[in-house]
Amino acid sequence: MTNALKIVIVGGFGVGKTTLVRSVSEIRPLSTEEIMTHAGVGIDDPDGVDSKNTTTVAFDFGRITLNDEMVLYLFGAPGQERFWFLWDRLFSGTLGVVVLVDTRRVADSWYAIDRLEHHGMSFIVAVNDFGGSQHSIEQVRNALSLSPDIPIIGCDARQRESSKKVLITLVNHLYALSTA
Amino acid sequence: MSGRPLDGEDPDRLYTITGGRSRADESRLDLVTLIVGECDPTPGMQSEHVKILRTCRRPTAVVEISSELGLPVSIVKILLCDLLDTGRVTARHPSSAATESSSSDSAMLKQVLIGLEKL
Repeated sequence: MTNALKIVIVGGFGVGKTTLVRSVSEIRPLSTEEIMTHAGVGIDDPDGVDSKNTTTVAFDFGRITLNDEMVLYLFGAPGQERFWFLWDRLFSGTLGVVVLVDTRRVADSWYAIDRLEHHGMSFIVAVNDFGGSQHSIEQVRNALSLSPDIPIIGCDARQRESSKKVLITLVNHLYALSTA
Repeated sequence: MSGRPLDGEDPDRLYTITGGRSRADESRLDLVTLIVGECDPTPGMQSEHVKILRTCRRPTAVVEISSELGLPVSIVKILLCDLLDTGRVTARHPSSAATESSSSDSAMLKQVLIGLEKL
């Protein structure tokens, strides 16, 4: 019997979520959407509220067959505050989360990290290097005020081996937590 | 999928598809619950149900059905509950990873690691 697992990649627009999913997924990343009702729509979103008080939020996903019995789904989700009402519900029961960070917009990740810590969700931080990052990993760690026990690694989301390493780092972290 | 945005589309269409219902019993279906078709489409069946049965000739996750049909996840869940209630599909639920620090979690995570290393 097949068991399906979830890992969520969260980050701002353009940070490389879909790129990361694409580089490791066995299928071309697919896209779908979910309805967000008025309660979840932030006041900073002039386009998001229509007259019927609903809007839809798109998200991407890919798939990795791990073995005969296990399939891993990777979800890319925008990390802005107004979407979390939706993600909390949609991605419940997820194994763990990768927060994908763009060093040019580190502040974009603050809310996501805060939210994950608040909910006691297990996560790691991956810093997507677009080539020419001037910040060291430790500088990013400091900028995020990340606690020392949260792994943070650099990656190039376009490279399969690099994206694979991000996922392995997350699962290693989860494994360590499960045996602690 | 078409990438057709639903924003600005008449939401009434979605209510028509679901017969006016806006909520499925969420706890019954996860994004990655695998759905297995148990019968072939029959004449007169709602077209969305037909599409689901065709898609689910092999076990297919809820989120993949949603993508295939170009419909939001919650709409697909409502349609799936109809088919579950009438036995036209069955669901294989994912094992919950919510229980922390159990030895079965460790064993499962070890299997995930082995699978990822082989990629």
